[in-house]
Amino acid sequence: MRDLFYDLVKRNGMAVSIYLMVAVSLWVFLLIILPQLTMLDYSFRFNLPPGKIGGPEDVYTLDQYRYFFQGSGSSGGLNTLDIGILFKTLMSAVFVTVFDLLICYPVAFVLAKSSTGAKARLLVLALIVPYWINEILRAFAFRILFGSTGVINEVGMGLGLFDSPVDFIREDVALYAGLAYAYILLMIFPLYNAIESLDRNQIEAAQDMGANWWQVHSKVVIPYAKPGIASGMTMVFMLTAGALAAPQILGGPSNLWFTQLVYQWFNSGGNWPRGSAYAMILLVVCIALVLLTMRIFKVSIGEIKR
Amino acid sequence: MTFAGVGTFMTKEISLEHVWVEFGEFTAVQKANLNIAGGEFFSFLGPSGCGKTTLLRCISGFQEPTRGLVKIGGKDMKGVGPNKRPTALIFQNLALFPLRSVADNISFPLEVRGVDKKTRRKRADELLELIALPGQGDKKVSELSGGQKQRVAIARALAVEPDILLLDEPLSALDLKLRQHMRTELRAIQKQVGLTFIYITHDQGEALTMSDRIAVMNKGKIEQIGDGKTIYDHPSTSFVASFVGENNVLEGTVLTNDGKMMQIDAGLGTLFHVESHPAGGPALAPGDACQLFVRPEALKIAKSDNSLNQFETRFVTEEFEGNMRHIVLDAQGKKLKLSLINDGTHSIGASAPVKLDFAPALGIALKPGELASA
Ligand SMILES: Nc1ncnc2c1ncn2[C@@H]1O[C@H](COP(=O)(O)OP(=O)(O)OP(=O)(O)O)[C@@H](O)[C@H]1O
Ligand SMILES: [Mg+2]
Repeated sequence: MRDLFYDLVKRNGMAVSIYLMVAVSLWVFLLIILPQLTMLDYSFRFNLPPGKIGGPEDVYTLDQYRYFFQGSGSSGGLNTLDIGILFKTLMSAVFVTVFDLLICYPVAFVLAKSSTGAKARLLVLALIVPYWINEILRAFAFRILFGSTGVINEVGMGLGLFDSPVDFIREDVALYAGLAYAYILLMIFPLYNAIESLDRNQIEAAQDMGANWWQVHSKVVIPYAKPGIASGMTMVFMLTAGALAAPQILGGPSNLWFTQLVYQWFNSGGNWPRGSAYAMILLVVCIALVLLTMRIFKVSIGEIKR
Repeated sequence: MTFAGVGTFMTKEISLEHVWVEFGEFTAVQKANLNIAGGEFFSFLGPSGCGKTTLLRCISGFQEPTRGLVKIGGKDMKGVGPNKRPTALIFQNLALFPLRSVADNISFPLEVRGVDKKTRRKRADELLELIALPGQGDKKVSELSGGQKQRVAIARALAVEPDILLLDEPLSALDLKLRQHMRTELRAIQKQVGLTFIYITHDQGEALTMSDRIAVMNKGKIEQIGDGKTIYDHPSTSFVASFVGENNVLEGTVLTNDGKMMQIDAGLGTLFHVESHPAGGPALAPGDACQLFVRPEALKIAKSDNSLNQFETRFVTEEFEGNMRHIVLDAQGKKLKLSLINDGTHSIGASAPVKLDFAPALGIALKPGELASA
């Protein structure tokens, strides 16, 4: 920390360095650590009416977490509903992440290796422009697109692919599409950055030595881009699992996203401690899953920032 | 270093027939025609941007010629991808895989052919032995020195016993000493495996010392093909004469040409007698403008007053290079360079005129053409 500071001073001068340190510290502390700590604290308390807060009943408890596992019944049965929703949310997020990776890898590869500077910049711009539109508006746009009288149904029926409108919303197609689209840039850019720095000659050398296109990718490009892949997947997974707008707007009526549960506890349920506990559970499980995956694929956190 | 038992290398001849490569309006290679025999060490020599790499990429399959044929072992290679050709390319920056160990780099060509791990390792160890890096297979590529990386790249290229090894300025990243060492080593490897080597360089010393034959290129055109001695002693174009080695050039006019001897007036007050150039190129007729090339080492300080091809110059300056002394002289406004072996005897007066001459066999008269920029 001291070294870092001296280094900064040497490079940027005292005023800038102090500004940087203060800004970063404030950012990390006020916007990340403090709220999370408060949330953590909340999650270990009972949901008390305002009058009783700070009173004798306001003690630490595991009750909110117990609820997630056992529900309201004190009999000890599992809270299959909420656990199921968490599980399904995670699986869906994994699915969306993998789907994004499959879409983005070829795009990033072509952007990074086949197009020239000016063309690549134009393509990148074309990718970014849609994101100038608000996330909620984009979600609604998907709702309209996938609605029973939406463009996709109209075209599909016009072409005779199906004879009655398909309920994409109920089938969760709209949800997956919306989620996959929502954070796709966060997959493309790390991939693009990673692949872009790969020496073209490495690809040609591999080809020259007899590698077919699949081997070029599996043995040269993907190992090289692994940190980028890991960082893209982590971001997309975390954000998808924590998404709220898309599931609210595009989710089928019978399907809840885990964040919607959190939201319900905070909002209509009026139970902030329980909402906090649920949020904590989501956070911890997601981080654990990410770390486990990185472990399996032998990526270290240090590599990711490359 | 011995390559006995490293495998059986077939040697295949390569021929380029009227190969053109065009990038839009720009012509990178013009009508390249040549045959490279199996087992030959063949070099392409030329200045930066003259199309050497492009031509090599045609042979390795990364570039389809716009027109013309590339044949390897008599077979037309059109539509045959780089991974299907019997060539192995060593890139200018070597393109070793940084994430793989040395052994995994060397055995990469086997890996993509589905050879099992044990055999691969064995082969890698065998090749490591041969490039004098035994037991270093588990090192990371980044832990090797420049020359060692170089050798690993060669081993990797040899792993699947290609018929033709293509080398794109593989020594340019090395320092002088190592470069000279690697030249000898490369040549030795080539002799031992008997493989066809196609070598690209813009360093004429490299081309002259290593090659059986050299193709000198300029602006996409092959100017001359021949062995080092022919290229150096009997250049067929002005570009070759000025690009390969150092040369003095005098502008002149042909007065007579009887097929054996020419008389040339270069405006220095002497009629120069030079042998009619035998190495092809259009013959010069009386009245033709010409460029007369005389190498710095062919110029001599005249021993007598009435020698052939004698002319007068003035001393300008001297560059001392240890074993050689390069003396710059002025012949009626024209700067000439004279190289003398430093045997401690010469001394050229700074004021007195210096009389020079050269043997008729050592003057080369050519049709005026583009000169290589220094
Ligand atoms: N893909 C391409 N598109 C357009 N022009 C190209 C392309 N590849 C090469 N060129 C042009 O063709 C010419 C020859 O290039 P090449 O790489 O063959 O030169 P070179 O002789 O290998 O030079 P160097 O010694 O600098 O490597 C250059 O002018 C280059 O700009
Ligand atoms: Mg080149």
